[in-house]
Amino acid sequence: MNSRSLQTTIIFLVVGGILALSLGGFFGTASRQVGSVLIEIQTWFSSRFIGLQDFMTAPRDIVSLRMRNTELETQVSQLQTQVIELQQRVNETEILAALVNFSRSNPESTYKAAAVIGRDPSPFLHYIIINRGSNDDIQRGMPVVTNQGLVGRIDAVIADAARVQLITDPASSINVYLQNAETNAVALGSVTGDVSLDMISQNTVVESGDLILTSGLGGGYPSDLIIGQVVTLRTLEYELFQEATVQLALDFSRLDIVLVITNFRPVNITPLEPLPSP
Amino acid sequence: MRNIIAFPVLGLAVILQTSVISRINLISGYADLPLILLSAWVLQERVKSSWHWAATICLMLGFVSALPWPVVVVGYCGVVFVAQILQKRIWQAPLLAMFSVVFIGTLFMHLLSFAVLRISGTPFLFSDVMGLITLPSLLLNMLFSIPIYTFIRDLAVWVYPEEQYE
Repeated sequence: MNSRSLQTTIIFLVVGGILALSLGGFFGTASRQVGSVLIEIQTWFSSRFIGLQDFMTAPRDIVSLRMRNTELETQVSQLQTQVIELQQRVNETEILAALVNFSRSNPESTYKAAAVIGRDPSPFLHYIIINRGSNDDIQRGMPVVTNQGLVGRIDAVIADAARVQLITDPASSINVYLQNAETNAVALGSVTGDVSLDMISQNTVVESGDLILTSGLGGGYPSDLIIGQVVTLRTLEYELFQEATVQLALDFSRLDIVLVITNFRPVNITPLEPLPSP
Repeated sequence: MRNIIAFPVLGLAVILQTSVISRINLISGYADLPLILLSAWVLQERVKSSWHWAATICLMLGFVSALPWPVVVVGYCGVVFVAQILQKRIWQAPLLAMFSVVFIGTLFMHLLSFAVLRISGTPFLFSDVMGLITLPSLLLNMLFSIPIYTFIRDLAVWVYPEEQYE
């Protein structure tokens, strides 16, 4: 080994020794200062490199993120559709369960469930169209109900559909019975879809909240079907009868499924009505 | 053969009317899609099948609606009659003609319905009918007129192409 290479070896050993001692913490303050400077330089380079790396790779990330976002949005919309469908099924199931409970609690009648598929095209009339017809033994005059109360009665029938006149139709009039007041009256429909009571005797005391049921008089409807409650009473001394406004038991704007009472046959009492005297 | 287009178009219109439009109500009135379609169709200069469309609408609505069928027949034929008169007079402003026909047609149809139902014993009040049914229906019919007129104009161009126009 010549003298030059010996010098180089010695320098390397000395510098390596100093470096090892400083990294080992044997030089105290001096080594910490050197170390902190090195760390700052390291940090500066590292942060710049990360920034540069982000700059170079960001476009690819945005494209991939957008694709991923689109995929997720598609999945979300599919899941939302599923949620809506399931919600509809839950609603239908709840309605059907309520109708089944109603039919079980009224075993004297036989029912046929039908879905509401349309309304009369004329705004003058309050009719609905249901998806059951003569093929399902539906006949004209059969009452239509829900678990909440009376809906109306069958007005016209074809093979697979029927038209139902609602109790809110302006031409509808139903004989009713006020449960608490123990008196009869007539429920009349109107243009607005409200129902009012007429023909209440002036001597009768009717209070707000009185339950209104079908009386069965006239043979058009079975008795004891709920229509609603009395809201306000209008009494005028110069009129023969009192009138009342009615809070209907069911919301006619949200009719989805109804029950047709198939074992009820309306009675035609026209031959029994007295003829006008000449 | 081209008149066959009336059946799917008007069938769809009646289905939409009974299932959708009749649920979109303003107070107690709602739009009359068949009436607007018929008005727009009759106002197309190249169309020669106005009465066929009216007959088809009368057939379908007479079957579906509880309105007495004479009201439907007289009402929609009246709309065609009014539209044909106005089409010859206001041909330079088709949208104005459309509005006029829909306005007059709606009023005519509602007055006819009111009169016939009143005579048949339904206890209507004229003020109620005008305020709660007719005026809201008029407004909705006017609103629906513009898009339906555009659709029907394109349909008429498709059904009666220019080279076959007489």
